[in-house]
Amino acid sequence: MKSRIPVVLLACGSFNPITNMHLRLFEVARDHLHQTGRYQVIGGIISPVNDNYGKKDLVSARHRVAMARLALQTSDWIRVDSWEKYDAIFPAVPELKLLCGADFLKTFQTPSLWKDTHIQEIVEKFGLVCVTRAGHDPKGYVLDSPILQRYQDQIHLAREPVQNEISATYVRWALSQGQSVKYLLPDAVISYIREHNLYLRDPSPERE
Amino acid sequence: MENPEKTEVVLLACGSFNPITNMHLRLFELAKDYMNGTGKYKVIKGIISPVGDAYKKKGLISACHRVIMAELATKNSKWIEVDTWESLQKEWTETAKVLRHHQEKLEASICDPQQNSPVLEKPGRKRKWAEQKQDFSEKKSLEQTKTKGVPKVKLLCGADFLESFGVPNLWKSEDITKILGDHGLICITRAGNDAQKFIYESDVLWKHQNNIHLVNEWITNDISSTKIRRALRRGQSIRYLVPDLVQEYIEKHNLYSSESEERNVGVVLAPLQRNTTEVKA
Repeated sequence: MKSRIPVVLLACGSFNPITNMHLRLFEVARDHLHQTGRYQVIGGIISPVNDNYGKKDLVSARHRVAMARLALQTSDWIRVDSWEKYDAIFPAVPELKLLCGADFLKTFQTPSLWKDTHIQEIVEKFGLVCVTRAGHDPKGYVLDSPILQRYQDQIHLAREPVQNEISATYVRWALSQGQSVKYLLPDAVISYIREHNLYLRDPSPERE
Repeated sequence: MENPEKTEVVLLACGSFNPITNMHLRLFELAKDYMNGTGKYKVIKGIISPVGDAYKKKGLISACHRVIMAELATKNSKWIEVDTWESLQKEWTETAKVLRHHQEKLEASICDPQQNSPVLEKPGRKRKWAEQKQDFSEKKSLEQTKTKGVPKVKLLCGADFLESFGVPNLWKSEDITKILGDHGLICITRAGNDAQKFIYESDVLWKHQNNIHLVNEWITNDISSTKIRRALRRGQSIRYLVPDLVQEYIEKHNLYSSESEERNVGVVLAPLQRNTTEVKA
């Protein structure tokens, strides 16, 4: 039996707040890599971006981390952590792959958002698992970028079989309007949001 | 304080729930927010009514499991519950009849305050809370006969349901009239223009358009039971698409497989069977 390469999936993002769709990314990516026969996913890490990122409507990292922890209470393989610690957690150093949605892959195109050297380092050293999303063309994004195209073997495109477009932007809007977000996020996260009065202020009027 | 001018509404969702998914549950939340938001209605309860086995749909597993999964899914809901009346009928029961059954049951409980009012209580709540609510509901049900009247049962559905009215022999025209005229529809759709067009192109829907509420779903939510079953057959994860308790139940009982998907293959769907037989007769 050929031995599989151990992999840890790392998702970086705002998680503002974490939703069922973020959690789905992990499940879909794991299924996809297992199905290739070459990999064994041994863990997942959620790494919420820190407050200095400067994104609009970003609530404090303390809350975003707490919500992610609540969301992952019932998961036996995904955890919240800062990625620098990963090699202390796992005995045999696994391959670390960046997990993202197709919208994230698209951001590589945005001028001056990423340094070319960073994009190269991510795909060359780590590799990417990108889960498809409606309205995006991840294959196209790869082919349009010379760096991504060069390392396309390191980029796995996983197809989400069940389209589920829960966006955190929508969730924040719904919350500001007093509308229900039940079944879009884990119940424990919803309770936390209510207890701490998060996302009550009306964010940007545009919604997806 | 209750506004006596608001019509109280009970949302009834009929369907296979094979299995129930987060999408089904979202329908209730969206409908409730919408109806309450109009200022004219107050949603007081949601009912999930899984179809009986006699429906004979392909891949339909036993009602017993489907009811249990729906109950697990609504365990943490304060206002949505599961009703087994439809699933316990020996023969398949038209949706119009199910609606009528629940409307009559509501009316009976209002007129007879001695009974536990099903309107305000969800079974299984803490005893003390239930007793307090009962006192309050007795007072309220007496007042209610004077004010806006009995709560109305309305059918909650997705856009595919609305369009199914166009499928030949699937519906009796008098049933469509009963559903729309006596009760009303709340239809959650992401393609609002298509649904409006469908209403415009149908005389019976057009006639009852005031009783058809279209609610926009901003999030594309394609979590269909068919896809869930397919994912399960392929060993793919369904986590976060269905409530955790439902996923665990499915796994524990190994409910969905290629074999289960072959159930009722070659059998005519009950409404088609009934409506074509009656046409011939």
